[in-house]
Amino acid sequence: MSAIIELEHISKHYSPTIIGVDDVTLAVEDGEFVTLLGPSGCGKSTLLRMIGGFEEPTHGTIRLADKDVTFEPPYRREVNMVFQDYALFPHMTVGENVGYGLKVQGLGRAEIETRVHEALKLVGLFDKLKLRPQQLSGGQRQRIALARAIVRRPKVLLLDEPLSALDAKLREQMQIELKHLHEKVGITFIMVTHDQTEALVMSDRVVVMEKGRIAQEGRPQDLYDHPASPYVANFIGTTNFLPGQIARVEGTTAEIALGGGRLSALLDAPMAAGTRVTVGCRPEKLRLMAEGESAANVLEGRIAEVIYYGLGLRIAVELSDGARVHVDSLLPDRLARSAVPPVGLPVRVAVEPHNVFVFAGDVAP
Amino acid sequence: MSLIRRNLSGVLVLGIPILWIGLFMLLPYGIIVTYSFWVKKYPTFAPAFQLGNYLTLFSDPQYLRVMGRTLKISVLVSLASAALAYPFAYWLVFRCRSAKLRTWLYMAVIAPLWVSYLLRAYVWKTILGTEGVLNSFLQWAGVISEPSSIFLYNQFAMVLTLTYIFIPFMVMPIYTALEKIPVNLTEAAADLGMNPWRAFWTVTLPLSTPGLAAGFTLTFCLSFGDFIAPFLVGGPDGNLMANVIATQFGAALNWPLGSALAIVMLVVVLTIVSLSDRMERKGMTGGV
Repeated sequence: MSAIIELEHISKHYSPTIIGVDDVTLAVEDGEFVTLLGPSGCGKSTLLRMIGGFEEPTHGTIRLADKDVTFEPPYRREVNMVFQDYALFPHMTVGENVGYGLKVQGLGRAEIETRVHEALKLVGLFDKLKLRPQQLSGGQRQRIALARAIVRRPKVLLLDEPLSALDAKLREQMQIELKHLHEKVGITFIMVTHDQTEALVMSDRVVVMEKGRIAQEGRPQDLYDHPASPYVANFIGTTNFLPGQIARVEGTTAEIALGGGRLSALLDAPMAAGTRVTVGCRPEKLRLMAEGESAANVLEGRIAEVIYYGLGLRIAVELSDGARVHVDSLLPDRLARSAVPPVGLPVRVAVEPHNVFVFAGDVAP
Repeated sequence: MSLIRRNLSGVLVLGIPILWIGLFMLLPYGIIVTYSFWVKKYPTFAPAFQLGNYLTLFSDPQYLRVMGRTLKISVLVSLASAALAYPFAYWLVFRCRSAKLRTWLYMAVIAPLWVSYLLRAYVWKTILGTEGVLNSFLQWAGVISEPSSIFLYNQFAMVLTLTYIFIPFMVMPIYTALEKIPVNLTEAAADLGMNPWRAFWTVTLPLSTPGLAAGFTLTFCLSFGDFIAPFLVGGPDGNLMANVIATQFGAALNWPLGSALAIVMLVVVLTIVSLSDRMERKGMTGGV
C-alpha cells in the first residue's frame, strides 16, 4: 500500500483572522475509506474541496499519486466528487448524466455506452437509464451521483456529506451499501460527514477535525475507546465528564478523587499525582450494581431521572456532590421492564478502571 | 345573507376583471377581426365578408416589403440584445464578486425603464443627428470635416435605438435564469473533466435557454409592434407594420386593410409567444 493522497501542511486562510483549515498533514492510503468527521465549520468540507480542486490552499501541498496537484483545476485531476445535493444535470437523462464525464476521456460511443450500463447496473438502477433525475427518489439520485463519479474510474472518490439529504431509514441502508460499493470497486474513498455513526460504520479510518485542525485520527474502535481529548470523546459517542484530581499513581493505574467519590483508572499516558483532570466514562460502560455486589470502582448516588428509549434505559444518577452521570442499561428481555428503578432510589454505579478516560486539565467540553 | 355576500364578493372579484377584459380587449379584437373582412368603398368602407384585404397584403410588394422589414428589424434587435445582454448577465451572476456592485449594475439596467419611452427614443436623434453629439465629436476629433447624415434615418439607427430601449427585457429573464443555476452544477461539470468552455456549452447555456427564450420573445414582440422609433429615427425607408396600420386608420382611411394587417401581426406575435412558452416549459422541466 502506498499513499494516493498526501496533504502536507495544508492551510486555508480566508483572512488573517478567519482560518478555514489550519496546517493539516494527512496521508490517505490507496484503497482506504477515510472519513473527515467534525461539526459544521470545522474545515472538513473545505479540505475536501481543496482535494477536489474547487478551492486553493493558501499554504501547503496536495499530492495525488505522487504528482503535485495543489493548483490544478478540477477538470485536470483524477478525482471525482459526489456532491451533497448530488448536482445531477436536470436537462440530461440518467444515462447522459452518467456518461457525461466519459465524453472527454476520448472513448468511443460503444465504449461509453458499455461503461454507463455497467455503472448503472453496479448501483442497481439500469432500468432508470432513460429517465430524468427529477423523476427519481432521493436515494436513487444518490446512487446516480455515485455511478456518475465512479464511471470515470478516478484514483480517489470524494463524498461530501453524501447521505445527509436522505431520511434516517434510507441513510442506514445506504451506509452499508456505500461500504460494500467501496469494497467492490477498490477506489479510495474520502468522505466528509458530521454524523459519527456514519463515520464509525463505514470508514477504515476516521479523522476528527476541530477548528480547522486534526483533533485525532485512527481506526473507529481506537477513537471510540481511546479518545485523545474530551472533544473527541464527546463528538464520538456519549461521555459523562467529571472533574477530579489524581490522588495516587501506581504504575499505569491512577486513583482519582472526584467531588462525589473516588475512581481508579488505567492511564493511556503517564500523569503525576496532584494533576487536575477530567474523567470521562461512556454511559454503556457504567452499570447499576445489585445489592451486596462489589466492584473495583463504585460511585454512590440517587436515581434522578429514567429515560426510556426502546432499546433500553438511560438512567441519570445524581452523585453526592450534585454531579450527574448517565448509565445506559439495555433491556434484552421484555419482562425486564418491570425492573425499571424508581426515581429517588439510592444506587451504586460500577465502572471498570480500563473503561475510564483521564484527560489532563479542567477541560470538560 | 352570507351566501349573498359571498356571491357579491365573487362577482366583484371576478366580474370587474372579466368586464374589463371583455369590454376593452375581446370586444375590440372582435371588431378588428370583423373590419378585416370588410371592403373599402370610397369615401369610407362597407360591411362584407371577403378575404381581399389579406390577399392585398400578401400580393402587393409594398406591404410584403414592410412586413419583411419589420420581421428583419425585430429579429436583429432581439439578436443584438441577446448578444449584449447574455455576456453582461453572465458576468453579473458568475463573475461579479461584489454583491453591492451587482445590485447597482442591475439597477442601472432597469433604471431607464422609469424614463419615458419617447424620451429614450428621442435621445438617439440628438446623438445621431447632423447637429448631434456623434457628429460634433467626430468633427472635433478631425475624423470628418462636414457633419454626416449617414448615422440617422436608416435601419441601423432603428435597430440601435430599439436595442437600447428594449435590452432590459432581455437582461432580466437571462439574469434570472442564470441565477437559478446551482453553482454545484458547473462544479460538477468541472469535476467530470469539462474545461470551463465545454462546461458552459453543455451545462450553463442549455439551462439558461428558458431565460434566453423569454428575453427573445419580449424584445421581438416589443420591437415588432413598435411605432415611435421608426417615426423618430427610421427615415423615409423606415416604415414598419405599426406605422402602416396607423396610416390606414388615419390618412388613408382604409380601416379594413389596417385591421387585416393588425390581425396578421397578432398571429405572428401569438405564434412566437406560444413557441417560446413551449421552449421555456421544456427547459424548466428538463424536457419531461
